[in-house]
Amino acid sequence: MRANQNSKTLSADELKFEELLASGRKIEPRDWMPDDYRKTLIRQIGQHAHSEIIGMQPEGNWITRAPSLKRKAILMSKVQDEAGHGLYLYSAAETLEADRTDMLEKLNNGKMKYSSIFNYPTPCWADMGAIGWLVDGAAICNQVPLCRTSYGPYARAMVRICKEESFHQRQGYEIMLTLCRGSAEQKQMAQDALNRWWWPSIMMFGPRDDKSPNSELSLKWKIKLFSNDELRQKFVDIAVPQANILGLTVPDNDLSWNEETGHYTYGEPDWEEFFEVIQGNGPCNKERVSNRREAHENGQWVRDAAIAYAEKRAKISRPKTTQDPL
Amino acid sequence: MESKKDYPLWEVFIRSNRGIDHKHAGSLRAADAEMALQNARDLYTRRSEGVSIWVVPSNQIIASDPDDKEILFDPSKDKIYRHPTFYSLPDELEHM
Repeated sequence: MRANQNSKTLSADELKFEELLASGRKIEPRDWMPDDYRKTLIRQIGQHAHSEIIGMQPEGNWITRAPSLKRKAILMSKVQDEAGHGLYLYSAAETLEADRTDMLEKLNNGKMKYSSIFNYPTPCWADMGAIGWLVDGAAICNQVPLCRTSYGPYARAMVRICKEESFHQRQGYEIMLTLCRGSAEQKQMAQDALNRWWWPSIMMFGPRDDKSPNSELSLKWKIKLFSNDELRQKFVDIAVPQANILGLTVPDNDLSWNEETGHYTYGEPDWEEFFEVIQGNGPCNKERVSNRREAHENGQWVRDAAIAYAEKRAKISRPKTTQDPL
Repeated sequence: MESKKDYPLWEVFIRSNRGIDHKHAGSLRAADAEMALQNARDLYTRRSEGVSIWVVPSNQIIASDPDDKEILFDPSKDKIYRHPTFYSLPDELEHM
């Protein structure tokens, strides 16, 4: 039974929901929740899952060309983690009665979005370093507070993801460090990668607070705990000293330390570019989605065969079960 | 155009170490029990998180209704004598 959300007095369900939120307890799948809370979560978790899956591509690009076997093994682990993160998140979305197949179809036909950052190309090995350091670093800033988000299954998925994300960032920073301690040419590779990824990373936090239409409700419902600009500031404050340790220059002429606020002041990103990429006109949008669609379609016969095999086997024998006493 | 059929949903329980209960880790989709176990291994134990895995078809789990919370759990609230702190005993009795 869904309460009428237009009525002015709160129903018993709504009261209970508000009470749970106010007391900082989690909302769980079978609790009553407002339709818009459910929809907002499905959109956010779905986009988040899609970002993880699409995010495998820019780095997957370098697996076969990693400079050493060690780097190759690390990169494969990282890309496998991204796949895992996507799967945790699709599961969380499914607890909201979202349909996984439907979500994937919407990704494949462009009806659902994913993070703008993954529409940028990775022309150089140094990009693997910059992605781990900056993109995963920005993701960590976003994701750590989400471990306390109000929806239980999302929070639990984020705890799992955050545990793994720290390896991603450290391996990326180590790639940058190695390049920066190498030849002048290698250091330049690292600087170029920073130049390519700095602004897209800054834009990862989404539009400015005064231009972010979904933020207010998300904050009220404790889906988000910090605004886009708060998280962006946090990222800049962390990343600039890290760039200094590498001996690299952040490509922002307006960047300066503000003694009074205790924060860095930073320049305005090119928001026009951001909205273009979101609209599907970034450098790699078409390639990312068509790769994804192709992989999905080429895998269809495997999924069909696995289901046919399972159905056939279920008819002839019962599945093997463990003999362990519980 | 293409079949919409997805693999069924499974719940995954992991025992992180000997002597510890299996604990719910999350869920996944797989065509059958064998694939569910393999996927659970890949998905939930990439960093030695487990020594044993259970997978259970999600539709086989019977869950209590949140609306029954009061009927199910409230009766235990007024039985404070079930807790050891209910009993006041002399201080000389050090460990009990």
